[in-house]
Amino acid sequence: MSGNEIEQLIKLFARLPGLGPRSARRVTLFLIKRRESLMLPIANALRLAAEAMVPCSLCGNIDTIDPCAICNQERRDRSQICVVEDVADLWAMERAGVFSGRYHVLGGTLSAIDGRGPEELNIAQLVERASEQFVEEVILATSATVDGQTTAHYVSDRLTNCDVTISRLAHGVPVGGELDYLDDGTISAALNARRTL
Amino acid sequence: MVGIRSSCDQILRSTYIIMEWIDKGYVLTTRYHGENSLIVSLLTEKNGKSSGLVHGGGSSKRRGIYQPGNFLDIIWKARLPDHLGTYRCELIRSHAANFLDAPLPLLALSSAVIILERALPEREPDRELFKKFGLLLKVLREVDWAPSYVRWELDLLTNLGFGLDLSKCAVTGCAEELTHVSPKTGKAVSEEIARPYADKLLVLPRFLLKSGFDEDLRDLINGFALTGYFLQRHVFGGKPDALPIQRERMIAALT
Repeated sequence: MSGNEIEQLIKLFARLPGLGPRSARRVTLFLIKRRESLMLPIANALRLAAEAMVPCSLCGNIDTIDPCAICNQERRDRSQICVVEDVADLWAMERAGVFSGRYHVLGGTLSAIDGRGPEELNIAQLVERASEQFVEEVILATSATVDGQTTAHYVSDRLTNCDVTISRLAHGVPVGGELDYLDDGTISAALNARRTL
Repeated sequence: MVGIRSSCDQILRSTYIIMEWIDKGYVLTTRYHGENSLIVSLLTEKNGKSSGLVHGGGSSKRRGIYQPGNFLDIIWKARLPDHLGTYRCELIRSHAANFLDAPLPLLALSSAVIILERALPEREPDRELFKKFGLLLKVLREVDWAPSYVRWELDLLTNLGFGLDLSKCAVTGCAEELTHVSPKTGKAVSEEIARPYADKLLVLPRFLLKSGFDEDLRDLINGFALTGYFLQRHVFGGKPDALPIQRERMIAALT
Protein backbone atom coordinates (compact mmCIF):
# COMPACT_ATOMS: atom_id res chain seq x y z
CA MET A 1 0.00 0.00 0.00
CA SER A 2 2.72 2.49 0.97
CA GLY A 3 6.50 2.51 1.04
CA ASN A 4 8.44 1.09 3.98
CA GLU A 5 9.25 4.52 5.40
CA ILE A 6 5.61 5.57 5.53
CA GLU A 7 4.53 2.23 6.99
CA GLN A 8 7.20 2.61 9.63
CA LEU A 9 5.93 6.10 10.42
CA ILE A 10 2.35 4.81 10.80
CA LYS A 11 3.55 2.02 13.09
CA LEU A 12 5.44 4.50 15.26
CA PHE A 13 2.53 6.95 15.46
CA ALA A 14 0.23 4.08 16.45
CA ARG A 15 2.36 3.63 19.57
CA LEU A 16 1.61 7.14 20.81
CA PRO A 17 -0.97 7.58 23.58
CA GLY A 18 -4.48 8.12 22.23
CA LEU A 19 -3.63 6.88 18.76
CA GLY A 20 -4.44 3.53 17.20
CA PRO A 21 -3.45 2.29 13.73
CA ARG A 22 -6.36 4.09 12.07
CA SER A 23 -5.67 7.47 13.65
CA ALA A 24 -1.95 6.97 13.06
CA ARG A 25 -2.72 6.61 9.35
CA ARG A 26 -4.77 9.83 9.46
CA VAL A 27 -1.96 11.71 11.20
CA THR A 28 0.57 10.41 8.67
CA LEU A 29 -1.61 11.46 5.72
CA PHE A 30 -2.15 14.86 7.31
CA LEU A 31 1.60 15.33 7.65
CA ILE A 32 2.34 14.07 4.14
CA LYS A 33 -0.01 16.70 2.74
CA ARG A 34 1.80 19.39 4.77
CA ARG A 35 5.34 18.25 4.20
CA GLU A 36 7.01 21.66 4.21
CA SER A 37 4.80 23.50 6.67
CA LEU A 38 4.46 20.79 9.32
CA MET A 39 6.20 17.48 8.70
CA LEU A 40 9.74 18.80 8.39
CA PRO A 41 9.43 21.28 11.30
CA ILE A 42 8.02 18.48 13.50
CA ALA A 43 10.82 16.13 12.48
CA ASN A 44 13.36 18.83 13.20
CA ALA A 45 11.77 19.72 16.55
CA LEU A 46 11.66 16.05 17.55
CA ARG A 47 15.33 15.59 16.67
CA LEU A 48 16.38 18.72 18.56
CA ALA A 49 14.31 17.80 21.63
CA ALA A 50 15.60 14.22 21.60
CA GLU A 51 19.19 15.44 21.42
CA ALA A 52 18.83 18.20 23.99
CA MET A 53 16.61 16.68 26.70
CA VAL A 54 18.32 15.65 29.91
CA PRO A 55 17.05 14.65 33.34
CA CYS A 56 17.73 17.36 35.90
CA SER A 57 20.53 16.18 38.16
CA LEU A 58 18.87 17.91 41.14
CA CYS A 59 15.16 17.15 40.93
CA GLY A 60 14.75 14.52 38.20
CA ASN A 61 12.60 16.77 35.97
CA ILE A 62 13.11 16.52 32.21
CA ASP A 63 14.38 19.64 30.51
CA THR A 64 16.89 20.72 27.89
CA ILE A 65 19.22 22.23 30.49
CA ASP A 66 20.73 20.77 33.63
CA PRO A 67 19.79 21.88 36.32
CA CYS A 68 16.31 22.38 34.87
CA ALA A 69 14.61 25.74 34.39
CA ILE A 70 12.59 25.33 37.62
CA CYS A 71 15.66 24.56 39.73
CA ASN A 72 17.44 27.52 38.10
CA GLN A 73 14.71 30.04 39.00
CA GLU A 74 16.13 32.19 41.78
CA ARG A 75 12.75 33.52 42.87
CA ARG A 76 11.51 30.05 43.84
CA ASP A 77 11.21 29.21 47.50
CA ARG A 78 14.14 26.98 48.38
CA SER A 79 12.65 25.99 51.73
CA GLN A 80 9.88 23.83 50.22
CA ILE A 81 10.25 20.68 48.16
CA CYS A 82 7.18 19.10 46.57
CA VAL A 83 7.68 15.38 45.91
CA VAL A 84 5.81 14.08 42.85
CA GLU A 85 5.68 10.65 41.22
CA ASP A 86 6.29 11.67 37.66
CA VAL A 87 7.14 14.59 35.37
CA ALA A 88 3.44 14.71 34.35
CA ASP A 89 2.53 15.46 37.99
CA LEU A 90 5.13 18.22 38.11
CA TRP A 91 3.62 19.76 34.97
CA ALA A 92 0.13 19.51 36.53
CA MET A 93 1.34 21.36 39.62
CA GLU A 94 3.01 24.00 37.47
CA ARG A 95 -0.15 24.44 35.38
CA ALA A 96 -2.10 25.11 38.57
CA GLY A 97 0.45 27.81 39.41
CA VAL A 98 -0.13 27.46 43.14
CA PHE A 99 3.26 26.22 44.28
CA SER A 100 6.33 28.42 44.29
CA GLY A 101 8.82 25.99 45.83
CA ARG A 102 10.96 23.38 44.14
CA TYR A 103 10.14 19.86 43.06
CA HIS A 104 11.52 16.38 43.33
CA VAL A 105 10.47 13.71 40.83
CA LEU A 106 10.57 10.16 42.24
CA GLY A 107 10.17 8.43 38.90
CA GLY A 108 7.21 6.21 39.92
CA THR A 109 5.87 4.46 42.99
CA LEU A 110 6.94 1.43 44.97
CA SER A 111 5.20 -1.64 43.60
CA ALA A 112 5.77 -5.25 44.55
CA ILE A 113 3.75 -6.49 41.58
CA ASP A 114 5.82 -4.49 39.09
CA GLY A 115 9.01 -5.28 41.04
CA ARG A 116 9.81 -1.61 41.71
CA GLY A 117 11.71 -1.15 44.97
CA PRO A 118 13.21 1.94 46.66
CA GLU A 119 16.45 1.54 44.65
CA GLU A 120 14.54 2.14 41.42
CA LEU A 121 13.21 5.47 42.68
CA ASN A 122 14.96 8.80 43.14
CA ILE A 123 14.68 8.64 46.96
CA ALA A 124 18.33 8.75 48.09
CA GLN A 125 18.79 12.09 46.36
CA LEU A 126 15.63 13.45 47.99
CA VAL A 127 17.03 12.59 51.43
CA GLU A 128 20.24 14.39 50.45
CA ARG A 129 18.31 17.47 49.32
CA ALA A 130 16.06 17.48 52.39
CA SER A 131 19.14 17.43 54.62
CA GLU A 132 20.28 20.80 53.26
CA GLN A 133 20.02 23.54 55.84
CA PHE A 134 17.62 25.85 54.03
CA VAL A 135 14.96 23.14 53.42
CA GLU A 136 12.10 23.45 55.93
CA GLU A 137 9.22 21.47 54.43
CA VAL A 138 8.80 18.44 52.19
CA ILE A 139 5.32 18.10 50.67
CA LEU A 140 4.46 14.57 49.55
CA ALA A 141 2.22 14.93 46.49
CA THR A 142 1.95 11.27 45.51
CA SER A 143 -1.37 9.97 44.19
CA ALA A 144 -4.15 8.85 46.54
CA THR A 145 -3.73 5.20 45.61
CA VAL A 146 -2.43 2.28 47.65
CA ASP A 147 0.93 2.37 45.82
CA GLY A 148 1.12 6.17 45.95
CA GLN A 149 0.48 6.34 49.69
CA THR A 150 2.74 3.35 50.45
CA THR A 151 5.49 5.29 48.68
CA ALA A 152 4.62 8.45 50.63
CA HIS A 153 4.85 6.63 53.97
CA TYR A 154 8.16 5.06 52.93
CA VAL A 155 9.60 8.43 51.88
CA SER A 156 8.33 9.94 55.13
CA ASP A 157 10.18 7.21 57.10
CA ARG A 158 13.37 7.91 55.18
CA LEU A 159 13.10 11.61 55.97
CA THR A 160 12.69 11.19 59.73
CA ASN A 161 16.32 12.10 60.42
CA CYS A 162 16.12 15.27 58.32
CA ASP A 163 15.11 18.37 60.20
CA VAL A 164 12.07 19.13 58.02
CA THR A 165 8.29 19.27 58.33
CA ILE A 166 6.70 16.50 56.27
CA SER A 167 3.23 17.15 54.89
CA ARG A 168 1.05 15.61 52.23
CA LEU A 169 -1.75 16.78 49.95
CA ALA A 170 -5.28 16.59 51.36
CA HIS A 171 -7.63 13.79 50.26
CA GLY A 172 -11.35 14.33 49.93
CA VAL A 173 -14.14 16.06 48.03
CA PRO A 174 -12.92 17.46 44.68
CA VAL A 175 -13.88 21.00 43.67
CA GLY A 176 -17.29 20.78 42.00
CA GLY A 177 -17.87 17.33 43.48
CA GLU A 178 -21.23 16.37 44.95
CA LEU A 179 -21.39 14.08 47.96
CA ASP A 180 -24.10 12.02 46.30
CA TYR A 181 -21.66 10.86 43.60
CA LEU A 182 -18.68 10.16 45.85
CA ASP A 183 -17.69 6.69 46.99
CA ASP A 184 -17.67 5.87 50.70
CA GLY A 185 -13.87 5.87 50.84
CA THR A 186 -13.58 9.43 49.56
CA ILE A 187 -16.30 10.61 51.92
CA SER A 188 -14.54 8.89 54.81
CA ALA A 189 -11.18 10.49 53.85
CA ALA A 190 -12.85 13.90 53.52
CA LEU A 191 -14.52 13.55 56.91
CA ASN A 192 -11.26 12.52 58.56
CA ALA A 193 -9.48 15.52 57.02
CA ARG A 194 -12.18 18.04 57.99
CA ARG A 195 -11.09 21.35 59.43
CA THR A 196 -12.59 24.01 61.63
CA LEU A 197 -14.09 27.03 59.91
CA MET B 1 -36.12 -0.90 25.59
CA VAL B 2 -34.68 -2.88 28.47
CA GLY B 3 -36.87 -5.86 27.51
CA ILE B 4 -35.64 -5.75 23.89
CA ARG B 5 -32.07 -5.56 25.09
CA SER B 6 -32.40 -8.51 27.45
CA SER B 7 -34.04 -10.66 24.78
CA CYS B 8 -31.24 -9.70 22.37
CA ASP B 9 -28.74 -10.78 25.03
CA GLN B 10 -30.57 -14.10 25.40
CA ILE B 11 -30.48 -14.71 21.64
CA LEU B 12 -26.78 -13.87 21.55
CA ARG B 13 -26.10 -16.18 24.45
CA SER B 14 -27.96 -19.09 22.90
CA THR B 15 -26.39 -18.54 19.46
CA TYR B 16 -22.77 -17.86 20.35
CA ILE B 17 -22.70 -19.29 23.91
CA ILE B 18 -21.34 -16.19 25.57
CA MET B 19 -19.76 -17.03 28.90
CA GLU B 20 -20.91 -14.80 31.70
CA TRP B 21 -21.01 -14.78 35.48
CA ILE B 22 -22.04 -12.29 38.10
CA ASP B 23 -20.23 -12.23 41.41
CA LYS B 24 -18.80 -10.08 44.16
CA GLY B 25 -15.13 -9.79 44.97
CA TYR B 26 -12.09 -7.94 46.25
CA VAL B 27 -9.43 -6.35 44.07
CA LEU B 28 -6.06 -8.04 44.55
CA THR B 29 -3.74 -6.55 41.96
CA THR B 30 -3.87 -4.59 38.72
CA ARG B 31 -1.59 -4.22 35.73
CA TYR B 32 -1.87 -1.72 32.95
CA HIS B 33 -2.75 -3.13 29.56
CA GLY B 34 -2.20 -0.58 26.84
CA GLU B 35 -2.92 3.03 27.58
CA ASN B 36 -6.04 2.95 29.71
CA SER B 37 -7.07 -0.65 30.26
CA LEU B 38 -6.24 -2.80 33.24
CA ILE B 39 -5.82 -6.51 33.80
CA VAL B 40 -7.43 -6.88 37.20
CA SER B 41 -7.01 -9.86 39.48
CA LEU B 42 -9.95 -10.35 41.83
CA LEU B 43 -10.73 -12.64 44.73
CA THR B 44 -14.34 -13.53 44.06
CA GLU B 45 -16.83 -15.39 46.20
CA LYS B 46 -18.08 -18.02 43.74
CA ASN B 47 -15.30 -18.09 41.14
CA GLY B 48 -12.13 -17.87 43.25
CA LYS B 49 -9.18 -15.80 42.14
CA SER B 50 -9.91 -14.66 38.64
CA SER B 51 -8.35 -12.20 36.20
CA GLY B 52 -9.97 -10.16 33.48
CA LEU B 53 -9.56 -7.11 31.33
CA VAL B 54 -11.25 -3.85 32.29
CA HIS B 55 -11.56 -1.46 29.36
CA GLY B 56 -10.78 2.06 30.55
CA GLY B 57 -10.07 0.82 34.08
CA GLY B 58 -6.79 2.72 34.20
CA SER B 59 -8.34 6.08 33.34
CA SER B 60 -8.18 8.79 35.97
CA LYS B 61 -11.95 8.48 36.57
CA ARG B 62 -12.03 4.71 37.03
CA ARG B 63 -8.61 4.02 38.56
CA GLY B 64 -9.87 4.63 42.11
CA ILE B 65 -12.28 1.72 41.85
CA TYR B 66 -9.54 -0.79 41.17
CA GLN B 67 -7.46 -0.22 44.28
CA PRO B 68 -6.36 -3.30 46.25
CA GLY B 69 -8.92 -4.41 48.82
CA ASN B 70 -11.89 -2.61 47.24
CA PHE B 71 -15.10 -4.64 47.21
CA LEU B 72 -16.85 -4.79 43.83
CA ASP B 73 -19.94 -6.02 42.06
CA ILE B 74 -18.59 -7.92 39.07
CA ILE B 75 -19.88 -9.07 35.69
CA TRP B 76 -17.42 -11.21 33.74
CA LYS B 77 -17.93 -12.01 30.09
CA ALA B 78 -15.91 -13.99 27.57
CA ARG B 79 -16.55 -15.97 24.44
CA LEU B 80 -15.01 -19.15 25.83
CA PRO B 81 -14.44 -20.15 29.46
CA ASP B 82 -10.67 -20.35 28.93
CA HIS B 83 -10.47 -16.76 27.70
CA LEU B 84 -9.27 -13.94 29.89
CA GLY B 85 -12.59 -12.17 29.42
CA THR B 86 -13.65 -8.69 30.36
CA TYR B 87 -14.98 -7.31 33.62
CA ARG B 88 -17.61 -4.70 34.24
CA CYS B 89 -17.43 -3.66 37.85
CA GLU B 90 -19.18 -1.37 40.23
CA LEU B 91 -17.75 -0.26 43.55
CA ILE B 92 -19.59 -1.52 46.62
CA ARG B 93 -17.12 -0.58 49.36
CA SER B 94 -13.85 1.31 49.10
CA HIS B 95 -11.69 -0.44 51.69
CA ALA B 96 -8.41 0.93 50.34
CA ALA B 97 -9.36 4.50 51.23
CA ASN B 98 -9.61 3.54 54.91
CA PHE B 99 -5.94 2.70 55.05
CA LEU B 100 -4.33 5.46 52.99
CA ASP B 101 -3.46 7.45 56.10
CA ALA B 102 -2.39 4.45 58.18
CA PRO B 103 1.09 3.28 57.14
CA LEU B 104 1.11 -0.09 58.90
CA PRO B 105 -2.39 -1.35 57.97
CA LEU B 106 -1.63 -0.15 54.43
CA LEU B 107 1.48 -2.35 54.38
CA ALA B 108 -0.58 -5.22 55.83
CA LEU B 109 -3.20 -4.80 53.11
CA SER B 110 -0.53 -4.72 50.38
CA SER B 111 1.17 -7.76 51.88
CA ALA B 112 -2.09 -9.73 52.12
CA VAL B 113 -3.21 -9.03 48.55
CA ILE B 114 0.20 -9.92 47.11
CA ILE B 115 0.36 -13.15 49.12
CA LEU B 116 -3.12 -14.07 47.84
CA GLU B 117 -2.17 -13.12 44.29
CA ARG B 118 0.94 -15.29 44.39
CA ALA B 119 -0.44 -18.18 46.44
CA LEU B 120 -3.91 -18.85 45.11
CA PRO B 121 -4.65 -20.95 42.05
CA GLU B 122 -6.84 -19.36 39.35
CA ARG B 123 -10.58 -20.01 39.37
CA GLU B 124 -10.67 -22.29 42.42
CA PRO B 125 -13.49 -20.95 44.59
CA ASP B 126 -13.01 -21.01 48.34
CA ARG B 127 -15.80 -19.21 50.19
CA GLU B 128 -14.12 -19.54 53.57
CA LEU B 129 -10.96 -17.88 52.34
CA PHE B 130 -13.05 -15.15 50.71
CA LYS B 131 -14.91 -14.58 53.98
CA LYS B 132 -11.71 -14.51 56.01
CA PHE B 133 -10.16 -11.92 53.73
CA GLY B 134 -13.23 -9.74 54.21
CA LEU B 135 -12.85 -10.12 57.98
CA LEU B 136 -9.17 -9.21 57.76
CA LEU B 137 -10.06 -5.96 56.00
CA LYS B 138 -12.41 -5.12 58.86
CA VAL B 139 -9.86 -6.06 61.52
CA LEU B 140 -7.14 -3.92 59.91
CA ARG B 141 -9.13 -0.86 60.98
CA GLU B 142 -8.80 -1.83 64.65
CA VAL B 143 -5.90 -0.95 66.93
CA ASP B 144 -4.69 -4.51 67.65
CA TRP B 145 -4.75 -5.79 64.08
CA ALA B 146 -1.27 -7.38 63.96
CA PRO B 147 -2.09 -10.68 65.81
CA SER B 148 -5.19 -11.03 63.64
CA TYR B 149 -3.02 -10.66 60.55
CA VAL B 150 -0.83 -13.53 61.78
CA ARG B 151 -3.96 -15.62 62.45
CA TRP B 152 -5.16 -14.81 58.94
CA GLU B 153 -1.88 -16.13 57.47
CA LEU B 154 -2.26 -19.25 59.60
CA ASP B 155 -5.82 -19.71 58.28
CA LEU B 156 -4.56 -19.16 54.74
CA LEU B 157 -2.06 -22.00 55.21
CA THR B 158 -4.94 -24.22 56.40
CA ASN B 159 -7.12 -23.25 53.44
CA LEU B 160 -4.30 -24.03 51.03
CA GLY B 161 -3.86 -27.49 52.58
CA PHE B 162 -0.76 -26.77 54.66
CA GLY B 163 -2.43 -26.24 58.01
CA LEU B 164 -0.37 -26.45 61.18
CA ASP B 165 -1.51 -28.74 63.96
CA LEU B 166 -1.24 -26.65 67.10
CA SER B 167 -3.79 -28.61 69.12
CA LYS B 168 -1.48 -31.11 70.80
CA CYS B 169 2.15 -32.17 71.13
CA ALA B 170 3.28 -34.29 68.19
CA VAL B 171 5.28 -36.58 70.51
CA THR B 172 3.32 -36.90 73.76
CA GLY B 173 -0.14 -35.97 72.53
CA CYS B 174 -0.64 -33.65 75.48
CA ALA B 175 -2.42 -30.36 74.84
CA GLU B 176 -0.69 -28.32 77.53
CA GLU B 177 2.52 -26.25 77.66
CA LEU B 178 2.92 -26.21 73.90
CA THR B 179 5.84 -23.91 73.14
CA HIS B 180 7.35 -24.86 69.78
CA VAL B 181 6.47 -26.05 66.29
CA SER B 182 8.40 -28.56 64.25
CA PRO B 183 9.59 -26.92 60.99
CA LYS B 184 9.36 -30.29 59.25
CA THR B 185 5.88 -31.44 60.23
CA GLY B 186 4.17 -28.20 61.26
CA LYS B 187 3.02 -29.87 64.47
CA ALA B 188 3.22 -28.39 67.95
CA VAL B 189 5.75 -29.66 70.48
CA SER B 190 5.49 -29.35 74.25
CA GLU B 191 8.12 -27.49 76.29
CA GLU B 192 9.72 -30.56 77.83
CA ILE B 193 10.13 -32.36 74.51
CA ALA B 194 11.27 -29.21 72.73
CA ARG B 195 13.97 -28.25 75.23
CA PRO B 196 16.90 -30.24 73.70
CA TYR B 197 15.98 -29.11 70.16
CA ALA B 198 14.88 -25.55 70.94
CA ASP B 199 17.35 -23.96 68.48
CA LYS B 200 16.02 -26.12 65.64
CA LEU B 201 12.33 -25.59 66.32
CA LEU B 202 10.10 -22.60 65.64
CA VAL B 203 8.67 -20.78 68.64
CA LEU B 204 4.92 -21.07 69.02
CA PRO B 205 3.47 -17.71 70.08
CA ARG B 206 0.97 -17.84 72.94
CA PHE B 207 -1.65 -15.76 71.15
CA LEU B 208 -2.12 -18.53 68.58
CA LEU B 209 -3.23 -20.92 71.32
CA LYS B 210 -5.90 -18.68 72.82
CA SER B 211 -8.02 -15.74 71.85
CA GLY B 212 -6.77 -12.24 72.67
CA PHE B 213 -3.27 -10.84 72.71
CA ASP B 214 -0.99 -9.93 75.66
CA GLU B 215 0.78 -7.17 73.73
CA ASP B 216 3.98 -9.20 73.79
CA LEU B 217 6.12 -7.96 70.91
CA ARG B 218 8.38 -11.01 70.95
CA ASP B 219 5.30 -13.23 70.63
CA LEU B 220 4.20 -11.21 67.62
CA ILE B 221 7.60 -11.52 65.92
CA ASN B 222 7.54 -15.27 66.57
CA GLY B 223 4.08 -15.41 65.00
CA PHE B 224 5.25 -13.69 61.83
CA ALA B 225 8.34 -15.93 61.73
CA LEU B 226 6.16 -19.03 62.06
CA THR B 227 3.67 -18.22 59.31
CA GLY B 228 6.40 -16.71 57.13
CA TYR B 229 8.45 -19.90 57.36
CA PHE B 230 5.58 -22.18 56.31
CA LEU B 231 4.28 -19.83 53.63
CA GLN B 232 7.73 -19.66 52.09
CA ARG B 233 8.39 -23.38 52.42
CA HIS B 234 5.05 -24.88 51.42
CA VAL B 235 3.17 -22.25 49.42
CA PHE B 236 6.03 -20.58 47.57
CA GLY B 237 8.24 -23.65 47.19
CA GLY B 238 11.15 -22.20 49.15
CA LYS B 239 11.77 -19.28 46.77
CA PRO B 240 13.82 -16.74 48.72
CA ASP B 241 12.00 -13.54 47.59
CA ALA B 242 8.49 -14.96 47.43
CA LEU B 243 7.15 -13.17 50.49
CA PRO B 244 6.35 -9.56 49.63
CA ILE B 245 8.72 -6.80 50.69
CA GLN B 246 5.71 -5.04 52.27
CA ARG B 247 5.46 -7.87 54.78
CA GLU B 248 9.10 -7.43 55.78
CA ARG B 249 8.66 -3.67 56.10
CA MET B 250 5.49 -4.14 58.13
CA ILE B 251 7.29 -6.48 60.59
CA ALA B 252 10.28 -4.12 60.80
CA ALA B 253 8.00 -1.16 61.52
CA LEU B 254 5.97 -3.09 64.10
CA THR B 255 9.05 -4.14 66.00
